[in-house]
Amino acid sequence: MGLLYGLIAVGLALIFGLMDVTNFAHGEFLMIAMYASFFLFAFFAIDPLLSAPLVAAAMFVFGAVVYLLIVRFAMRAKANAGMVQIFTTFGLAIVMRGLAQLFFTPDYRSIPQSWLGGKTVSIAGIFLPEPQLVGALVSIAAFAGLYFFIHRTDFGRALEATREDPGAVALVGIDKNRVFAFGWGLGAALVGLAGAIMAVFFYIYPDVGASFALIAYVTVALGGFGSVFGAFAGGIIVGLVEAVTALMLPPSLKSVGIYAVYLLVVFIRPRGLFGSM
Amino acid sequence: MDKNFAARRRRDLIIAAVLAALAALAPLFVKNVYIQNILVLTLMYAALSQSWNILSGYCGQISLGHALYFGIGAYTTELLFTKFGVLPWFGMLAGGGIAAVIAMGLGYPFFRLRGHYFVIATIVIAEIGLLLFQNWEWAGAALGITIPVRGDSWLKFQFMRSKLPYFYFALALCCLAWFVTWWLEDSKWGFWWRAVKDNPEAAESLGVVVFNSKMGAAAVSAFLVAIGGAFYAQFLAYIDPESVMGFQFSLLMALPAVLGGIGTLWGPVLGAAILIPMTELTRSYIGGSGRGVDLIVYGTLIVLISLALPQGLVSLFSRSKAKGATR
Repeated sequence: MGLLYGLIAVGLALIFGLMDVTNFAHGEFLMIAMYASFFLFAFFAIDPLLSAPLVAAAMFVFGAVVYLLIVRFAMRAKANAGMVQIFTTFGLAIVMRGLAQLFFTPDYRSIPQSWLGGKTVSIAGIFLPEPQLVGALVSIAAFAGLYFFIHRTDFGRALEATREDPGAVALVGIDKNRVFAFGWGLGAALVGLAGAIMAVFFYIYPDVGASFALIAYVTVALGGFGSVFGAFAGGIIVGLVEAVTALMLPPSLKSVGIYAVYLLVVFIRPRGLFGSM
Repeated sequence: MDKNFAARRRRDLIIAAVLAALAALAPLFVKNVYIQNILVLTLMYAALSQSWNILSGYCGQISLGHALYFGIGAYTTELLFTKFGVLPWFGMLAGGGIAAVIAMGLGYPFFRLRGHYFVIATIVIAEIGLLLFQNWEWAGAALGITIPVRGDSWLKFQFMRSKLPYFYFALALCCLAWFVTWWLEDSKWGFWWRAVKDNPEAAESLGVVVFNSKMGAAAVSAFLVAIGGAFYAQFLAYIDPESVMGFQFSLLMALPAVLGGIGTLWGPVLGAAILIPMTELTRSYIGGSGRGVDLIVYGTLIVLISLALPQGLVSLFSRSKAKGATR
């Protein structure tokens, strides 16, 4: 479960953590990815596992378009840039939820049979549900990929440079909007991947994103902004803490443990575990 | 400059008095209970947003967890009333006091945090409060508390037949929050807060005790919001954790101030006057279908306003004023 939180958080770590743009619609990105994967299954009988790359590609386009149409202008604001970002993306989240209600109805949906659903594997006597296992593997791969991408490629350097100083970056001929649009696309594609996998074992409904979004924020902040590895570690910690809390407290209180750990961590390390900002 | 400032402050006070007087006359013309309801909510959110603005606007500590104080106000009042028979008037003050103490207690570790870490911490603490109340059997857990009807009286602050008393209380609360802001704006606190917002290091080096001034802002802000929560509980006569401590309240308190103009005297009132009727009307006229069209309209408007006017609606007025001044 921790790795799944990590998978949801990795896209946010890129947008929120590395580019320093607040995205309050992250949960809604997850929601539409889950719907996309559901409809591909319902209409074309494509298993979510196969459609995951498709969903991720579609989400890439979606993320880039959202950046170019909306976020770009929100970042241009001279005053209260932080608040403008919070509320434009929050407005966007509301619109997306409304659209989902309008077109997909508020009904709860689920993907009844898939290659992975309901199966378990036994590793050294421990039974693990297959979807979660695949999710965990994808999550590790996504983190490794992103880590490599940020630290070893020109694009990754361009991204960090753009956040640091857009003016100087423009001087060396890097188009800020192209870099950030690509970053948003990538972030959305990653959450698309998460959505496609989660569609297998979670109910899909218009408000589903809200329940994961806050945990994703906490995960990123816990690990520290600006650190891909931090978000990964944050995801694992969040998953473990949730499991431990669930053993000690009633299930309705399971998130309290996560929140408490976040507060504890930032009181001791105000920049998260591995944060650089 | 000083003279202008004093003149502006006097003018603000006169405008506020005139607006309040006009608002007080509104019920003479508005007999429709539904519209009265909207007016009460508008005034309440104006008051809440004005209080939120003290900490987040003037002092620059963006809190998205003020629902915690709202809920504490509501719960303190109703628990004292239903379990111990304490009149809501005292409950209200107790709620405000408790909220202010909690705000300072939380401020002690919280104010060391900066930027996103602070904002997320405020969201998280309100969420913890919500979960705890949902699981607190004695306080009604997730079912909440229904306030027993004991007949209309000012003593028990309970009115079933008419909404007017609620209207006047909401108006009074709104005036109080506005007046407190107006008064603080020109006090040493107001100057400290703005200094802390603009540049905490510079403020500290000039002798502003940054930490204490943040604490002061948090306490005043939480106190007023809790009074609003107590009012809301009496107004609805029913509370449950989600409906008084949910995340949406934190956002609804911040939105009017942001749309109207964050860190300004008139922003929250202006923002609430536009936003709340708009919310209620879209909800009741196009939201009935349950198909989310109201959400689409509402969300689009928020996106457009925050993109078009990053400094809030107040900037429209000051822009025209600035033109007048240069002429």
